Amino acid sequence: MIDAGEVARRAGLGGRTNTIMQTCFFAISGVLPREAALAKIRGAIEKSYAVKGREVVRKNFEAVDLTLSSLARVPVPEAVTSRRYRLPLVGDHAPPFVREVTARMMAGRGDELPVSAFPVDGTYPSGTARWEKRGISRVVPVWEPDVCIQCGNCSLVCPHAVIRAKFYPDKRLEGAPAPWKSAPIDARGFPEIRYSLQVYVDDCTGCALCVEVCPARDKQDSSRRAINMAAKDPVVAAERENIQFFESLPWNDRSRVDFSTVRGAQFLEPLFEFSGACAGCGETPYLKLASQLFGDRMVTANATGCSSIYGGNLPTTPWAKNAAGRGPAWSNSLFEDNAEFGLGLRLAADAHLEQARGLALELQDLIGRELVAEILGAKQRLESELRAQRARVDELKKRLTARAGPRPLALLSVADHLVRRSVWIVGGDGWAYDIGAGGLDHVLASGRDVNVLVLDTEVYSNTGGQASKATPLAAVAKFSAGGKSTGKKDLALQAISYGDVYVARVAFGANPQQTLLALREAEAYPGPSLVIAYSHCIAHGINMQHGLSQQSLAVSSGYWPLLRYNPAARASGENPFSLDSGAPRTRFREYAYNELRYRMLQQASPTHAEELMKRAEEAVTRRWATYAEMAGRGG
Amino acid sequence: MVDLSTRYMGLPLEHPLVASAGPLTKELDGIKRLEDGGAAAIVMFSLFEEQIRHEAAAAEHLSEVGSESFAESLSYFPSIGGFQVGPERYLELVRRARESVGVPIIASLNGSSDDGWVEYARLLCQAGAAAIELNVYFVPADPSLTGANVEQRYLDILGAVRSEVPVPVAIKLGPFFSSFANMAKRLDDAGADGLVLFNRFYQPDFDLERREVVPALELSTPREARLPLLWLGVLHGQLRASLAASTGVESPVEVVKYLLAGADVVMTTSSLLRHGAGHLAELRAGLETWLSAHDYASVAQARGSMSHRKVSDPTAFERGNYVRALESYDSRRPSR
Ligand SMILES: Cc1cc2nc3c(=O)[nH]c(=O)nc-3n(C[C@H](O)[C@H](O)[C@H](O)COP(=O)(O)O)c2cc1C
Ligand code: SF4
Ligand code: SF4
Ligand code: SF4
Repeated sequence: MIDAGEVARRAGLGGRTNTIMQTCFFAISGVLPREAALAKIRGAIEKSYAVKGREVVRKNFEAVDLTLSSLARVPVPEAVTSRRYRLPLVGDHAPPFVREVTARMMAGRGDELPVSAFPVDGTYPSGTARWEKRGISRVVPVWEPDVCIQCGNCSLVCPHAVIRAKFYPDKRLEGAPAPWKSAPIDARGFPEIRYSLQVYVDDCTGCALCVEVCPARDKQDSSRRAINMAAKDPVVAAERENIQFFESLPWNDRSRVDFSTVRGAQFLEPLFEFSGACAGCGETPYLKLASQLFGDRMVTANATGCSSIYGGNLPTTPWAKNAAGRGPAWSNSLFEDNAEFGLGLRLAADAHLEQARGLALELQDLIGRELVAEILGAKQRLESELRAQRARVDELKKRLTARAGPRPLALLSVADHLVRRSVWIVGGDGWAYDIGAGGLDHVLASGRDVNVLVLDTEVYSNTGGQASKATPLAAVAKFSAGGKSTGKKDLALQAISYGDVYVARVAFGANPQQTLLALREAEAYPGPSLVIAYSHCIAHGINMQHGLSQQSLAVSSGYWPLLRYNPAARASGENPFSLDSGAPRTRFREYAYNELRYRMLQQASPTHAEELMKRAEEAVTRRWATYAEMAGRGG
Repeated sequence: MVDLSTRYMGLPLEHPLVASAGPLTKELDGIKRLEDGGAAAIVMFSLFEEQIRHEAAAAEHLSEVGSESFAESLSYFPSIGGFQVGPERYLELVRRARESVGVPIIASLNGSSDDGWVEYARLLCQAGAAAIELNVYFVPADPSLTGANVEQRYLDILGAVRSEVPVPVAIKLGPFFSSFANMAKRLDDAGADGLVLFNRFYQPDFDLERREVVPALELSTPREARLPLLWLGVLHGQLRASLAASTGVESPVEVVKYLLAGADVVMTTSSLLRHGAGHLAELRAGLETWLSAHDYASVAQARGSMSHRKVSDPTAFERGNYVRALESYDSRRPSR
């Protein structure tokens, strides 16, 4: 037996155990004489790691020695004496489909399922990732209610929707389990309201972004924040109990929540949760936020890419539904046609809406003139208006169900479209800048009410980091191993040139409030909208825990200026272009050289790297001047 | 003509002005500028063993995160020939500096493990360093560590490197020892070829808003020259090792003071960061002007002329100075 993870850590190999396992194999298998085998392993290490430098060779040699001294023989006992059992794959309270179909696939026994086990209409149940409880991290955040200022940052940045907040009347505390934590809500005039933050410990990936973003410090010990990473084992039982209680508290009434602030948004139920994206992924927080804001009426066309993989990875999907059964409808389409696919969803929704409106008018005597007039004339911008409309549509459906006949039935089948749909077209930069660019351009030029969210990691992430037209100057990527020598396409300016497309460039790690504002403005804008979202990614070669500070540096260096272009502003005589971040105050290289994708070139060919870096810095300055000029214009 | 020549650890130098370890030496270009600017020798920025280990581990880890875990992408980074994180880049810079400049290149090493000090020192020699400066930057934060332990550590490092490399070895250290003169003497006995007085300790600062400890690096001021001045004066003539003055040189005034106190060479970094490499020529010209205006024929003649060498008990000298300093403050105050 060997604790290979521990040996790897001690030898300084991080999580890599290949050398260790190989050494174990040859040390005990007898395939080759032990000494000969070890000599061969050392030779192989020399050969394969020499290019990576002597440090790497040295560490691997050390790992071999450590392995040999840590390898222990375990006598196999006569009988099993352990009292510990594996947890069932999914809980007993999971829905039947999850227990019978999803869980079997999770167990690797999907081949045994009969075709009849699957839905017949091509749809697939959502909200299934929550049953996985992967438990992949040995450290999890622990909340300190006394230190917390209830800002909502941690919940916003968590890529896996693991941190959730609710407020509730203090009399609910009566049913709370012993380890339950809460604090009086930080709002004047509500002395009887409590606030609780819940960490779904079994779904946490241990990325620590939540800790990084927490602004509150313990007054007695400034190294501690209001949320801190700690070993999972000692807290897991208590937290499981807490989660159960947390789930018994209702989600806060959406019309009582302030959608316009990060503090408010934490109280919105995420309908994108527990995805299998990399720990600390920079893409998923945007999707989660969109799902909190618009999820219960969201329809998403998702281009192939990371977001389609973690978004719809059989057997589970992170896209979820609320207690009323409403949640985003989601489908994946190809790289080359996703924008068109999304436009199709819009056109279909519009056609259904037209049908519904026509039928409602036709049947108004039957339904009630007043109700029909209210439904057809409803403004549906604010959450309270949407809620009222939903109530009216429910009433309409109730009245229709009471009637027989083909026309009422026809209206019933499209009545849900009377509640405003939110159509989202989602994808990465490989889709938006490259392979789907023509289609995206076509859709942006259509004038239709679609919302495009580009999760920009600046490379094709899920196929392994190939360069796209979003890859920045001076960075290395596959197919651009000598450093990208041309600049990144300015997709924002391209879209702005239409004049009637809402455009925003955002980075949630630098300014979450601006991200929130942009997503809401984009959704409210009645024409095409494009939101380009900075997404830190493992393909940048960063410690993902520092993803947020890299976003801040990208913005403060002027590399990623935050902007919004809102054509609606023109109506009030204002300049539609607003620059939401200040003039560059740090150097681009300070940001870039924190990332392996830039540093690699600097190491491999310093002179060439410097040339590219200078050009990249010039490009940042030039572009800033263009933006500043645009922001300075009158309306 | 004043003879400005001097010797530092046996290396003959045209004059005593040396560029100390600093950021200008990070690129070949900067090293060349220092030579053109008039440095008699150049100490390179330190090779930090710990940083190299850390970077190598980080680079290896980061380039392999997520690799071989997903069928569609077996890796996330291209493999690039020549991409190595290790001492190789530093060694290459030493090699190229050695080829392209005429003045001695002194490599600086900041080790973190016992093996590291020796191994890297050897590699630096092989790359062509004319001498090695050991940058022992060590903050003894562990309360169980005694002063004697700390001193032994310096001696061990020096001893280990000294016995392994053929070139001269200097040690750059801070002033914080209970008995600095004794420490200097023991380093001298252990074979140090040069002592660089002093290393500057960068005391971190607090950011009160974020409540974080932040690194704070400010360039030195001439006022900081007084501590090295004191100890150079005390040590001059008492050791076999060469003495290098470091910290606080801004104008020829400090250069002259250091030489009169007994330094063999005078080093500067801050002034070069402020005024550029060309400032070395100005320091040299100012030194020459001062020496000739005061009728000195050579640097050798001036060196140590104001040291404490001739005072039989330097501590008495210092006590006397202390009393005088306090009194001189009183006498400055207006009488009531
Ligand atoms: C930016 C900067 C980088 C430095 N890097 C090193 C270094 O790598 N190794 C070293 O021994 N000293 C280093 N030093 C310290 C200088 O060599 C010198 O000892 C110190 O600045 C005091 O001298 P001065 O007053 O002439 O600046 C550095 C100083 C500065 C300002
Ligand atoms: S560690 Fe990462 S996954 Fe876990 S709660 Fe914090 S942000 Fe979410
Ligand atoms: S980020 Fe910190 S202060 Fe803000 S809600 Fe989370 S734990 Fe509380
Ligand atoms: S590869 Fe990048 S974008 Fe894809 S899941 Fe991982 S971190 Fe997120």
